[in-house]
Amino acid sequence: MSEGFEELCRVRPIARQGMITLRGDLSAKAVKNAVTGVAGVDMPSRREARHVGERAILWMSPDELAVLVPHEEAAVAAETMRSALAGIHALVADVSDARAHFRLEGDTIREVIAKLAPVDMSPAAMQPGMVRRTRFAQVAAGFWLRDEATAQVFCFRSVADYMSGLLRTAATPGSAVGYF
Amino acid sequence: MLTLQCPHCGVHAEETELTGGGEAHLKRFGPGSDDDAFEGYLFLRENPKGVHFERWRHSYGCGKWFHAARCTVTMEVFGTYTAQTSKPPQDLLDRISEKRPGWRWRDLNEPA
Repeated sequence: MSEGFEELCRVRPIARQGMITLRGDLSAKAVKNAVTGVAGVDMPSRREARHVGERAILWMSPDELAVLVPHEEAAVAAETMRSALAGIHALVADVSDARAHFRLEGDTIREVIAKLAPVDMSPAAMQPGMVRRTRFAQVAAGFWLRDEATAQVFCFRSVADYMSGLLRTAATPGSAVGYF
Repeated sequence: MLTLQCPHCGVHAEETELTGGGEAHLKRFGPGSDDDAFEGYLFLRENPKGVHFERWRHSYGCGKWFHAARCTVTMEVFGTYTAQTSKPPQDLLDRISEKRPGWRWRDLNEPA
């Protein structure tokens, strides 16, 4: 097979990823401590994603964070956060089984994402460590760049098949645009 | 194509990532108000040719509501600002006056 007919990037579903949603005042010390204590990574600032291996904290909105932990730890981690935030106006929900995650790997991930989402994917605008909530074609989704050649996309599990099809279509061999 | 910067998350969101929320700065008239005021609140909207103030929601992004000021003729965006206010910030009004001298919108008009 000639080089031009390889997939633009590898699309791999992540079978089990623990994910906890937290809403509350992100500037509150108790909230920061609860989140970083469970995730074991630093608190992200606006539009940032911090990760170490499978663990991550994603900035989702001015009052929302997503905490990623290994799937088997999610229930316990959510409970730990809940008790740490007792008496504080905050909400913790274990959404592990309500989300689907995909890992994109390859040099052309920017191009694959740019085909699907209304996001400026130029290296100057979207840098590794940045998270973006947006839509991929017709469904709500989010992603962050783990590094220059790795992205992680997440969406509602109910549209996981759709997302899988989208990503594979956008990465179809020979469909490179060569924009970035 | 309209691109608005969400004042909450700072993203330059393209129109399809947003949901329009209609006219900005409506004052609610509920039970107990007279019929004219209630009609105005419920039905009467500005439809200007030029400067307009609107509510938008960054629905596919951070999910927050915000306000935007734009020109309906040229689609020029004068600015976006927080939803937690009942009138546009003064620096935005000044900027609009600079670009559209003599503009009017409801009870907002260019400072004399």
